[in-house]
Amino acid sequence: MPLSKKEVQHIANLSNLHLSNEMIEKYRVQMDSVLDYVQKLNEINTDNIAELQHTQDVVNVFREDVPVDCDSKTKKAIIENFSHRKGDLLEVQAVFNDTEK
Amino acid sequence: MDIFKLTIKDIRAGLSNGDFKCVDLVKAYLENIKLKNESINALVRISDTALDEAREIDRRIADNEDIGVLGGVPIAIKDNILLEGKEATGGSQILEGHMSVYDATVVERLKKAGAIIIGQANMDEFAMGSSTETSHFGPTKNPWNESRVPGGSSGGSAAVVSAGFAPCALGSDTGGSVRQPASLCGVVGLKPTYGRVSRYGLMSMASSLDQIGTFTKTVEDAVILMQVIEGKDSKDGTSVELNDTTVPELIDSSVEGLVVGVPDEYFVEGMDEEIKKSVMDAVSKLEESGAKIEKISMPHVKYALAAYYIIMPCEASSNMGRFDGLRYGYHSEGSGLRDTYRRTKGEGFGEEVQRRIMLGTHALSAGYYDAYYRKALKVRTLIKKDFDDAYKKVDVIITPTSPSVAWELNEKFDDPVTMYLSDIYTITANLATVPALSVPCRPVDGMPVGLQIMAKPFDEYSLYRVGKFYQSITEWHQQTPA
Repeated sequence: MPLSKKEVQHIANLSNLHLSNEMIEKYRVQMDSVLDYVQKLNEINTDNIAELQHTQDVVNVFREDVPVDCDSKTKKAIIENFSHRKGDLLEVQAVFNDTEK
Repeated sequence: MDIFKLTIKDIRAGLSNGDFKCVDLVKAYLENIKLKNESINALVRISDTALDEAREIDRRIADNEDIGVLGGVPIAIKDNILLEGKEATGGSQILEGHMSVYDATVVERLKKAGAIIIGQANMDEFAMGSSTETSHFGPTKNPWNESRVPGGSSGGSAAVVSAGFAPCALGSDTGGSVRQPASLCGVVGLKPTYGRVSRYGLMSMASSLDQIGTFTKTVEDAVILMQVIEGKDSKDGTSVELNDTTVPELIDSSVEGLVVGVPDEYFVEGMDEEIKKSVMDAVSKLEESGAKIEKISMPHVKYALAAYYIIMPCEASSNMGRFDGLRYGYHSEGSGLRDTYRRTKGEGFGEEVQRRIMLGTHALSAGYYDAYYRKALKVRTLIKKDFDDAYKKVDVIITPTSPSVAWELNEKFDDPVTMYLSDIYTITANLATVPALSVPCRPVDGMPVGLQIMAKPFDEYSLYRVGKFYQSITEWHQQTPA
């Protein structure tokens, strides 16, 4: 079933993407063509087949949860990348005041 | 000193024999870059310290100091690999102005081995693309014909080696992004087994598929470079302790007795007949040299592209979530925090990245997760099983790397499915996490063609053996763009 404009707008919202109507329509058509293509997976019976996320026997790597300080050069480099700063602090807009849904 | 033909091996010999100075070598590459990069657009940033580093190598040679395995060898790295103190943007506007705070593990190892990083290579935005046309810095052109694409996403890295900007380069391969551009630009591309090379400092695209790989002119050079960058790294939990590494000199110089599998499913109806002929000619050459050719069947590989275009966007959409416009890079201030995120991502990401974020978000969202994501993971199991079954009978599998030679710029740009189909032969290796190598075979209509060799996980040795042997009996890899 083709995606509706409303569905694509919903996906854009979930994705935190601000898009123009024109782009929503363009992506709607393109996503449809991709989703149509991937339908071919339904030709295969996958009952009782395990899912494969990783082929290696990966295990979690743990360490003690102890903060480690970094050198002042690295610290300076990180801070200089901030978009907005107050002194050495990263300045962001209020998180809990943001009532927009 | 012909920089279009020089290999890593030649440079090592030339410097140690005193045939040329490192500073003259680097000057020659920089002059060629100056002459041609403006039109080819393979490098987005060119080092301003390369000559100083070359002088230091010359001094060390003069003082009889060890210069390292890659001492004085110029190399380009893809713009999604971090380089301390330099801008790194992943070909994206959203990382405009972002300065790397640390070196990727591969960069640390290259520097330790004495390599000279000569520049950062253009790429599809966050490695999402098959033609290097989605880069914020504009497309890279194919050095063989500048009206055509170099392939992608590591098109800049492939063009660097093909155009003689450096003898080698690093790229990353999630679905063919090293092998496919290597094929389209007539150079050697190696994607190692998942886990062989540390991903620390590589911008993540699809974390269960991403691997850093190499671009070189010869398979021998690929081995030299891989030896430097491979191996366990405590900073990447998926990197693997290797039992041994391959010494180039010890690679068997024959293919006598080797069993080569040729899967029917990779030579499907409708594929370019000339490419098929070129690849089958290479297979015949191996057979004449004592390899045993076995026809095999891998029934699920025809579903690989569909599985890939679910798994990859799912992982990519999660990875792209970190670009919030706050801690680094592009920032577009909105009326509140959420609006800032939406504007930053809406303006900062290009179309292909947005498309994949949306596809992945959709496939992972409530009501679709089972039908798309879990289904694709099950199909991935079946594809892996096809490979496991095949390797019970054969040592290596040979296919074309790409279904076509390089196409015209803009030809497939707005048609995602057609663009995605150009990776149809390469993505299976990523899904099954096997190593794969592309080496140039006979060109078609004057444009390069790649022969893809795949082996068992961590059996890169067999790739090296077949690739090196093939290059010893053919001269396709010695051809350079006019």
